[in-house]
Amino acid sequence: MNAVLEIEDLRIGFGPLEAVRGIDLVVERGQTHCLVGESGCGKSVSALSVLRLLPKRARFSAARLAFEGNDIAGLGERGMARLRGDRMAMIFQEPMTSLNPAYTIGSQMIEVLRRHRGASRAAAVDRCIAMLERVGVTAPAMRLGQFPHQLSGGLRQRVMIATALLCEPALLIADEPTTALDVTVQAQFLRLLADIQRQMGLAVLLITHDLGVVARVADRVSVMYAGRIVEHGATGAVFAAPRHPYTRGLLASIPVPGKIPPGGRLGSIPGIVPRIGAGFAGCAFRARCAVAMPACAAPVPEHRLADGHRFACHLGPDGAWSGA
Amino acid sequence: MIRFIVRSLLLAMLVCLTVLIVSFALTRLSGNLAINLAGPDASAASIAKIQHELGLDRPLPVQFAAWADRALHGDFGNSYLYHQSVSSLIASHLKVTLQLGAIAIGMAIIIAVPLGILAALHEGTWIDTACGLVALIGQAVPSFWLGLMLILWFGIDLRWLPIAGLATWKGYILPSFVLSFVAIPVMLRLTRGGMVDALRADYVRTARAKGLSRASIVLKHAFRNAAMPVVAVSAVQLGFILGGSVVTEVVFNVRGVGYLAWESIGKGDFPVVQAVVLLFAVTFVGLTFLADLIGAMLDPRVRG
Repeated sequence: MNAVLEIEDLRIGFGPLEAVRGIDLVVERGQTHCLVGESGCGKSVSALSVLRLLPKRARFSAARLAFEGNDIAGLGERGMARLRGDRMAMIFQEPMTSLNPAYTIGSQMIEVLRRHRGASRAAAVDRCIAMLERVGVTAPAMRLGQFPHQLSGGLRQRVMIATALLCEPALLIADEPTTALDVTVQAQFLRLLADIQRQMGLAVLLITHDLGVVARVADRVSVMYAGRIVEHGATGAVFAAPRHPYTRGLLASIPVPGKIPPGGRLGSIPGIVPRIGAGFAGCAFRARCAVAMPACAAPVPEHRLADGHRFACHLGPDGAWSGA
Repeated sequence: MIRFIVRSLLLAMLVCLTVLIVSFALTRLSGNLAINLAGPDASAASIAKIQHELGLDRPLPVQFAAWADRALHGDFGNSYLYHQSVSSLIASHLKVTLQLGAIAIGMAIIIAVPLGILAALHEGTWIDTACGLVALIGQAVPSFWLGLMLILWFGIDLRWLPIAGLATWKGYILPSFVLSFVAIPVMLRLTRGGMVDALRADYVRTARAKGLSRASIVLKHAFRNAAMPVVAVSAVQLGFILGGSVVTEVVFNVRGVGYLAWESIGKGDFPVVQAVVLLFAVTFVGLTFLADLIGAMLDPRVRG
């Protein structure tokens, strides 16, 4: 096993709310792990917590948060700053606002190399040009002198990923990197991400709400609901035989041409993700679940299947009441 | 950009013209110069004679047109009291006012910007509250009172600084400080507000995700964006500071343009008052225009 990131029992809270309620997650070298779920399920704060970029008011704890085998849960701000942008990098959803409007692309890329590598300006410029070229940015030398507002959304996201990869990190966390992009640009970007990952042997933790993205790039997928991972497994296995009612609901809400007649109703899950406070027990999905029963208020058992496939539901793998 | 400049300039000229008409009307309505000049025992005939000599018996629009025509050619007439041309009178008073103004705006920036950054970094804590209090006091305290209090403390009780005049460099400290107090509240609030927004911005999160140092995150990434409006507003504040020089120069007995204005208003020396008002108006409007230009130049999105 070649785990780059290992998370055990990660918990994050804001005031009375519990945003993340004990999740386990492993991302291996050369692997894309997708964390998928609706808005508000806690996937983005989970990702931010790995780089310790949570807002000050957030409560954070983890039984284990290991990066390249070292526990970084207790690492201070200085230690984290040394890892960020160097061994672990992150790109965000909004390429429009994630780049500083006041500085050129070059300035914002070069500072990473100067900070982590102590590179000379000339060497840094060369490396930035090479990296921009690698992520498919045309006329890279000219781009270094441009400001973010002079670039298209797709180009900006390419600049973001080039910046993230400058120091050849072991882990790339991408928080909804394609959500703000046009569909055609999305496809290009996902292909680029897959290429680079293969070439560099990157571990990628991709946060998305888009199952189409998951199907296209993920090796493993974790389905998150109300602060917990309700189902996890190899992408093929989860898509072929989803076990958790929530996963099934998500998959049923994807339009498949031919399968759903024009004008026919697309599957949807009624309601929204609940906000969970302290003392909540039982399955958080029960209020929206089609097969919920009174016993769902009891603590949820976890079932383990082959190849690490696991899910948390009162219904067992055979669909029968597991009687926890 | 050119459209923007032309529009701003036209607007600026209209503002200046309005200020001139109003100030012209006010000075004429506020007293009769001829009576002042003639003295308390003058007869009605001699007052009328002086009035006629100075052209004060003509209708106001005619007087204004005549004055404006000469002013456009750079001739602001002669002071009735000093018996020298208004231009040379103002020129000889301008230097100290500009010196004090420059020192004051510098002081304001040095005091307000770090406090604003500090408040933003400690948003919601007692440090933030304390900085807010400084801004509030700065806005609430009238400069003549602050000037007098400082003279009492530092000049009379402690005897550290001179109470009036600019004989030594020490003389500049109190008047510039009082002047800077006009600009500090606005600049402090603006810096704080800009920094609070900037520190929450996505690009600051990116900067943190890149592992940059705290200094680089705060000063390079956040402050640069927060500074754009502050720099622009500094120019406008310099205008306010020059306006504030009237009170401050009188309190500290500094013979600058502000003092000249106060003296001329008191004695009904219209040509000087009008020229000073024009000077202040043009300076203020010019600085506001400059502020827009600086703002545009600092923001690459506007620069295009």
